[in-house]
Amino acid sequence: MLVSITASGSETSDATELGWLLHKHPDRVRSESVGFGTAHVFYPEATPERCTATLYVEVDPVALSRRPDGRRGGPALEPYVNDRPFVASSMLSSAISKLYRTAMLGVCDTRPELVDQPLELTIEVPAVPALRGGDTIKNLFGPLGYDVDATPLPLDEHDEDWGDSRYVSLRLAITSPLKPVLEHLYVLLPVLDSRKHYWVGEDEIDKLLRRGGEWLAAHPERDFIVRRHLRFGGLAREALARLTDDSADVDDPDERNDGGEAAIEKPISLNEQRMIAVSSAIAAAGAGRVVDLGCGEGRLMRRLMDDPAITKLVGVEVSHAALGRAAARLRLDGLSERRRERVELVHGALTYIDDRIRGFDVAVAVEVIEHIDADRLDAFEEVVFGFAAPRTVIITTPNREYNVHFEGLPEGRMRHGDHRFEWTRAEFAEWADGVCARTGYAVSYAPIGPVDAETGPPTQMAIFTKGGES
Amino acid sequence: MRSTVDSIDIPEVGLVVLCGASGVGKSSFAGRHFVETEIVSSDRCRAMVSDDETDQSVTGPAFDLLHSIVDKRLEAGRLAVVDATNVRPEDRRSLVDIARRWDVRSTAIVFDLSLDVCLERNAARTDRQTPENAIRRQHKTLRRSVKGMRKERFGSVFTFGSVEEVEGVTITRTKLWNDKRDDAGPFDIIGDVHGCDTELLALLDTLGYDTAARPIRHPEGRRALFLGDLVDRGPGSDNVLELAMDMIDAGHALCILGNHENKLSRALSGRNVTVSHGLAETLQQLDGRDDAFRERVKAFLGTLVSHYVLDDGRLVVAHAGLPERYHGRASGRVRSLAMYGDTDGETDEYGLPVRYPWADEYKGAATVVYGHTPVPSADWHNNTICLDTGAVFGGELTALRWPERELMSVPATEVHYEPVRPLIDERPERSPSMLDVTDVLGRLRIDTAHAGRVTIDEEHSSAAIEVMSRFAVDPRWLVHLPPTMSPVATSARDGLLEHPDEVFADFRRDGVAEVVCQEKHMGSRAVIVLAKDGDAAQARFGITNAAAGVIVTRTGRSFFTDDALTNAVLDGVRSAIDTAGIWGELETDWMVLDTELLPWSAKARELIRTQYASVGAAGSAMLGAASAALSAAVARGVDIDDVADRAGDRSAHLARYVNAYRQYCWPTDGIDGIEVAPFQILAAEGEVYARRPHRWHLDLIDRLVAANPSLIRRTDRRFVRLDDEASVADATQWWADITAAGGEGMVAKPAETVVMGEKGMVLPGVKCRGPEYLRIIYGPEYLEPGNLERLRKRGLGKKRSLARREFALGIEALDRFVAREHLGRVHECVFGVLALESQPVDPRL
Repeated sequence: MLVSITASGSETSDATELGWLLHKHPDRVRSESVGFGTAHVFYPEATPERCTATLYVEVDPVALSRRPDGRRGGPALEPYVNDRPFVASSMLSSAISKLYRTAMLGVCDTRPELVDQPLELTIEVPAVPALRGGDTIKNLFGPLGYDVDATPLPLDEHDEDWGDSRYVSLRLAITSPLKPVLEHLYVLLPVLDSRKHYWVGEDEIDKLLRRGGEWLAAHPERDFIVRRHLRFGGLAREALARLTDDSADVDDPDERNDGGEAAIEKPISLNEQRMIAVSSAIAAAGAGRVVDLGCGEGRLMRRLMDDPAITKLVGVEVSHAALGRAAARLRLDGLSERRRERVELVHGALTYIDDRIRGFDVAVAVEVIEHIDADRLDAFEEVVFGFAAPRTVIITTPNREYNVHFEGLPEGRMRHGDHRFEWTRAEFAEWADGVCARTGYAVSYAPIGPVDAETGPPTQMAIFTKGGES
Repeated sequence: MRSTVDSIDIPEVGLVVLCGASGVGKSSFAGRHFVETEIVSSDRCRAMVSDDETDQSVTGPAFDLLHSIVDKRLEAGRLAVVDATNVRPEDRRSLVDIARRWDVRSTAIVFDLSLDVCLERNAARTDRQTPENAIRRQHKTLRRSVKGMRKERFGSVFTFGSVEEVEGVTITRTKLWNDKRDDAGPFDIIGDVHGCDTELLALLDTLGYDTAARPIRHPEGRRALFLGDLVDRGPGSDNVLELAMDMIDAGHALCILGNHENKLSRALSGRNVTVSHGLAETLQQLDGRDDAFRERVKAFLGTLVSHYVLDDGRLVVAHAGLPERYHGRASGRVRSLAMYGDTDGETDEYGLPVRYPWADEYKGAATVVYGHTPVPSADWHNNTICLDTGAVFGGELTALRWPERELMSVPATEVHYEPVRPLIDERPERSPSMLDVTDVLGRLRIDTAHAGRVTIDEEHSSAAIEVMSRFAVDPRWLVHLPPTMSPVATSARDGLLEHPDEVFADFRRDGVAEVVCQEKHMGSRAVIVLAKDGDAAQARFGITNAAAGVIVTRTGRSFFTDDALTNAVLDGVRSAIDTAGIWGELETDWMVLDTELLPWSAKARELIRTQYASVGAAGSAMLGAASAALSAAVARGVDIDDVADRAGDRSAHLARYVNAYRQYCWPTDGIDGIEVAPFQILAAEGEVYARRPHRWHLDLIDRLVAANPSLIRRTDRRFVRLDDEASVADATQWWADITAAGGEGMVAKPAETVVMGEKGMVLPGVKCRGPEYLRIIYGPEYLEPGNLERLRKRGLGKKRSLARREFALGIEALDRFVAREHLGRVHECVFGVLALESQPVDPRL
């Protein structure tokens, strides 16, 4: 990885003064070990008109793919061929802070007057990950006064059909003292990198605040920068709180886990409306013993678990990770023995016969079926309607017709990357009628969310009743 | 006066209840005659609960534990000897109930010694003594119930009246009558004959028996195994009986009891039976015989056992079939189930009893062969098969050869008896599509033919269930997943991580004589499951789709997201099989193929873009900038030549890396550009071909290539005799040539496929990859001396262990599928492969 800083001279200043500021002599090479390789600072050019200091890190690719603590076994940090040796990342920030430490502190004992003197600077980084396209780069550096030039790198130079890679070659220009520029690079380069950061710990927060203190608090992308910089929810929250003394506007990390779908549907807080609609449908069905099929992280269960009309509440989920989060959300460990017996989480899949989901009054599957391949829905039907066969089955799923109302959802795309299908109201009804014909249930429908005259509601709900009348 | 007890027969499986006052000598008696683990002692259970063998306050929990141990031992088919006083009838009843629950015999051994002897023996004890009043009370309680013990549902009761008897008795373990595990046949298992003597002779003739001889015998010593219902309805029940009895007496046949024999036996013994369902014909035919013959028949019927467990437990025969938990058990319930099946009194529209479809749920490892219910044809169903093809109703008389599993049948000469109802298949569903989550949840233990028992930890099975249920194709298609493959042992040669020398050395050490080296295609592994047409798919897999087959990845996902592309590829493969005439040659209408699907970019386009090409793009830009800056610095006289040189080397490495991954990418448009390189025909109807030598596979596959060379790609190969230096050198050169030309490398396998060595199965294959290809695995600069040294320290043990276990599971899945075992039994093996793959292993291996 590499970053070069070029100062242009003028009538009043000599470009080689950059060497004083960086504490590196333009005719010498400074090399230092930085843990994942060796960093060198040298000057390809050093005249009064133009002086360039290049920081070049020779990354040791083998050391990278081994565990940082040298232990054997377990998954390596970078198991495959990877871009780490080449692109700007938190490792480049580490090297900047190590090789240019004194300059970043704004210390220049020999020429103290240079520290606050604006320089005409150009910064070049040949390979920078372009998170969400080049716009992010402009949003990060633009408000700080930089001219930003981000040129996409082609994916394969032999073949134009491959298109652009996810990297840009970055060129920044600014007239500014050196110290804040180094701080900006230190803080913002890792923000652009989508990969995990190494060696992020509590002291990272202090570093971030120390380097970014003033300008970061005022930066329009402040929250984004902090969150990206400290990928772990807890750390980010803490850092933001210290920056703003106000954590109210910090995102709930769970929201983020739902990714695109939540963001797309957010304006109408559809999830909340789904919870309300499903809860009332459960109550209307007489509650009793309720099983939440595909309970995910337990949002619906959290709402239902205090309802005295529900005598038993079981959540089934195929994702082990989601189950763990559900257990935490429901605080199962802290419940009294008596309440603990009422609520249960089980690991299971809805395409397998499972005795643990039998004998319930109500089964709900909220936004679940669209995650099952259409040709496996027969197994789901057999398990839920044939085998478990509760008195009432409540199923919700997106209404595809409504998608036209979601800004930011390109036509033809589905709301979530894992959706195997999204049905129109007619398609949902066709499937539900088939289920009823085969299993002896009767079905009725209810909308969830604002009903549009043309497209209907964003979410559709079907309530199946065993042996009932539709 | 009762006779003295000098010997006791104990069944190998069952319950033995010792009864007698404390201190009377039960424990030392048990210790003399039984193994320690067979003895379940109340004192021991007290100690396990409370650390004190004499603690009476824990009697309740101690007996709960005792009952639980007895329950588990009897469930497992072991002997349980209960060492407790058992003086009260209710104590004994609860134990007998457990024995009845597991359908095993129970035996009481009663220490009915005089009170004086009891007190004397207790007083002589050195370890501890029971209070005298307790002994008196126990003695009295036992005395009171001794007489009634005959009615307590014990199979047998032995009572010791004296110390001499206790000391002098001998105990013999006897096998149950149904236990013929030692007898491996070969057998010809014959379905319900029902007096069809002509058809029986014709069938025996077809099976190769010498039907002119008396008794009838097979020249190679095969034996007939009759499934019962020899008699009734047909024209020659007496002749059938005579023929069978002669063969059995001479050791040429076995026979189990059918419900018709049972009824005939009762009729001949003068019991009052309703003469119906063809019994009248039999009695009439027997009336034409002499008394001696009738006596012989009566005696013969009395010897018949209701089911047999044969061939080391692999085969179970019972007239009406038998669920797994009753195999090798003996009780009235087992006898009745084996003869009549599971009925609850309900009858169908023809007045015949409705039987519970036990075979639909059968998941046992033993093959169950039965008759009783006439079916239109004998078909495998969950590793069970009914051989009653209604000979007497004008159908066929059918035999199953064991262990060959071949069916033979002869048609009936006429309708001897009008069927009460038409021959219809009672089974509602041929192939149950639903799997039970208990088959795949938690810790799995799967017995395989090639790697013994494979255990899968819960953490891995729970990871696999997510992948399987969310992404895999319908489990009815998914009858196999391919195993992972280990690289060859690391080479110490300069500039190489892998080299054929180690391949040949390792196989030679494992005792392999010949290996086949196959060109390793750089594509993606794909398993192709396809049927000849939709009907064949429906019949064999219980499911079909537009393509009458699937192409799946290593993790069981559909290979292509585009169904039309799947159809096109499968159609191409299918027509090649048609053209090559392989359906008929293998007598099959379905096939499972192990293949590599090319180009790599067809499946891995995103991976190539985001992982490989991106690194190339970023690297070129960065190293280009670095080289330019370094050259400028060098030109200025800065002392940085060494760093500049290294940057030049890195640029060269990166260029070769880009060249390496580009070899495996070419554009495809629909099926144009797609190639399938099959390397094994894993299975087809009747056989798991995965065990056949690789020559056999490659010969057939070459014919597929000839049939459709634009779709089906040939795999270049070299057969190498490991004791022939020239052959080894030739293959080594071949590897060097293909890798120098940019090829990925080779896969080497024992030519005979499965080879058992001293330490179990020899690795069924190892890969040996070329140095250029490895750049895209280990990184552009892996060949730099400092890097290569470190990379050589790679542990292959775990990868190899996984490769062996996954291979064994993959074959086991096919074995079970071909044997038509329950879908759940096939699925657990496939699931096991996926679960093992969820273990963290260095992905570069």
